[in-house]
Amino acid sequence: MERTVLETQQVTKIYRSNEILVRAVDDVSIQVEAGEFIALVGPSGSGKTTMLAMLASLLVPTEGSVLIDGEPLGDMTDRQRTKFRREKIGFTFQSNNLIPYLTSIENVELMLRLNGKRVKQRRGRAKEILVRLGLDAQLNQLPSQLSAGQQQRVAIARSLIHNPSLVLADEPTANLDTARAHQVVQNFSDLIHEERHAGIMVTHDLRMCKYVDRVIQMVDGKISHLITSQEEISVLSESSEFDILEMGGASMTKKDVIR
Amino acid sequence: MALYLSVKEIWRNKGRFFLFSLVIALIAILVLYTAGLASGLASANKEYLEKLRADVLVFKSGVNYSTIESRIEYDQLRRIRLLEGVAEAGPIAFSNAKIVFDSEVDSIDVSFIGVDPGKPGAPNAVLGDNLRFAHSKVVLVDQKVAEDSNVSVGDFIKLSSTQGEEDEVYELRVVGITDGQQYFFRPSIFVSLPVWDRYRPKATAGVYRNKPDVNVVAVLAKDSTRLAYLPEAISAVIDDVETTDIQTAYESAPGYSEQQATLGTLQGFTLLIGTLVIGGFFQIQTLQKIPQIGMLKAIGTPDRIVASMAILQIIFVTIIGVLLGGLVTLGLVVGMPDNIPIQFSGSSVLTALIALLLIGPVGGMVSIRLALKVEPLTALGM
Repeated sequence: MERTVLETQQVTKIYRSNEILVRAVDDVSIQVEAGEFIALVGPSGSGKTTMLAMLASLLVPTEGSVLIDGEPLGDMTDRQRTKFRREKIGFTFQSNNLIPYLTSIENVELMLRLNGKRVKQRRGRAKEILVRLGLDAQLNQLPSQLSAGQQQRVAIARSLIHNPSLVLADEPTANLDTARAHQVVQNFSDLIHEERHAGIMVTHDLRMCKYVDRVIQMVDGKISHLITSQEEISVLSESSEFDILEMGGASMTKKDVIR
Repeated sequence: MALYLSVKEIWRNKGRFFLFSLVIALIAILVLYTAGLASGLASANKEYLEKLRADVLVFKSGVNYSTIESRIEYDQLRRIRLLEGVAEAGPIAFSNAKIVFDSEVDSIDVSFIGVDPGKPGAPNAVLGDNLRFAHSKVVLVDQKVAEDSNVSVGDFIKLSSTQGEEDEVYELRVVGITDGQQYFFRPSIFVSLPVWDRYRPKATAGVYRNKPDVNVVAVLAKDSTRLAYLPEAISAVIDDVETTDIQTAYESAPGYSEQQATLGTLQGFTLLIGTLVIGGFFQIQTLQKIPQIGMLKAIGTPDRIVASMAILQIIFVTIIGVLLGGLVTLGLVVGMPDNIPIQFSGSSVLTALIALLLIGPVGGMVSIRLALKVEPLTALGM
C-alpha cells in the first residue's frame, strides 16, 4: 500500500458574482497515492482549474481542507504556503512559462536553486532528468531555440527535479500537436510512476487519459464520474476532445466569477 | 537567487539594458554638467570672497551688501581696528582694469583689487612673494591671469585704465602668483591701496589719495568667543555701516541667487525626468514579465526575491549609466574651451551623483510594487 500524498476533504470553493454565489468546486473529496497519476477532466467551467489551484495552495478553499503529506494547507500562513509550494509541489503550466533568458538546464535548476541546493547537486540532477526526457542536445539552448514540445519537456523536468510529493499539470498539451502531446504526457507519466510522485493533470484532451491510472470527471464543480478500470480508460481515451465538452453542462465562464 | 536571475537577465539582454544605461548616462551627463556649471559660475562670481581670511565683512548700511555701492572711509577702518575683539581689519577696494600686451594678443579684463599688505583681504602668494609695502609698484596676480598672460614672478604686466578721457598704461612688476581668486567673472590682480587708487579708472585724471575710501572692510576676530558680539559692536560704534558674513555677502551679489536657483531648477527637472524615464522603462519591463513573475510566485519564489530581482536590476543599470555618464562628462570637461566656467567641486559632484543613483530605485518603486502585486493565478491565466 502506497502512502497517501494528497487528500481533500469535502473541499468547496464559492465565488461571489454580483449577488450570486457560484460553487466552483462543490464538496470534492479525493485521495491520491504516491506513484499514482490522475487526470482531472471536464468541460470549461466545471471547476477543475479551481480545484488544481486549491491543490497547489494558490487558492484557499471556502470549506473543507486539503492535506499534502498529511499537512493541512489551510493552517499555513502565506509565507509557509510559499515555502511548501517550492519544496513539496511541482507545477507545469499550460504555457510552459520558462524563463526566456535561462537555458534549458538553468531553467530546470531553478527549483533546486530556490530550495538552496548546491551547484554540484543541481547540475547532475538537472542533466540527468533532461537527458531522460531526450533533451541532451538542448541542455544549453534558450527556450526561444526549442520547439514547443521541447519547451514543455523542460517545464516537466523543472516540475520534477526537486523531487516533490505532488506534481500538478494544467493543460500541459494545450499548445502541442498530437504527436508531441503524446510524447510529453508519456514522459510525464513515466517519471511520475518511476519516481513515485503523486501526479494530477488537468486536460481537455481525453486521448491523454491512456497514460493515467484514474480519471476524475468534474461537472458543475462536483465529481460526476470516477473511472478507475484500465478498460474504461482505454475506451475514454479513444473518444475525441469534443466529447468531453458535451458530457457535462458547462454553466460558468471565467468572466462570471470574481475571485 | 535574486542576484543570479538579475545578472542573467541583464547579460542575456545586454543590448536592451545597455541602451537603457545609455539613456541614464545622458541624464547623468546633463545633471553633472549642470552641477559643474552651477559650481563654476558660482566660483567665478565669489571665489575671491569665499577664500577671504575674515570673520565679518563691513559694508556701508543700506546697500544690500553690494560691494560696488558700498563705501567705507579709511577713518572708519581705523576705528574698526581699534575695537575690542578685532584681531585684524583690512580694506578691500574693487575696480576693473585691463592687462594689455605689446603684441597682437588680446587684452585680459581683470578685477583690480586694492588691499593692505598682510591684512585680511590680501591673498597669500602660492608662488613668489606676498605684497609687502604700501607704495611699491608691484602686483600679485591670480593663477588664471598668470596662465592667460603667460607671466611669471619678476615679469612686468601692463595695466590699462581710463584716466579722465585718456587710456593710460602702467607697468607693474609681478611679485607673486596666488591661487584662483576670481571675482565677478574676472580673474583678479592685487595691489596695495595707494597704488590701486592711483591706477584705478577714474573720471578725473591725477586725483588720488594714499588712504582712499574702500568698498568693504574684512575683519578677523581675536577668537571665536568674541565673534558672536563683534558684528553688533561694529554696527553700534561705527556710524552708517552694517556687517555680514562671507556667505551672505556673495549670495547678495547681483544675479547670484537667481543664477544658482535657475541651474538648481534645471538640475531638479533633469533628475525628475530621469526618475520618470527609469520608472517608465522598468514598469513596461515588469508588465511584459507578468506571466513570468506569476510562474515564479506559483512555484514558490518568495516576494523578497521577486522584489530584490527588480531592485538589483535597477541598481545595476543605474550604476552603469551613471559611471558612463561620469566618464563622458569628464572627457567633455577636459576637451572644453576655457571660457566655459565649468568646475567640479567635491560636494556638488557628490550631491549630483547621490541624486543620480537615487533616481533609479525611486523611479523603479512603481515597478517593484507592480511585481509584488502580481497574482499568480491571474498572471498564469488560470
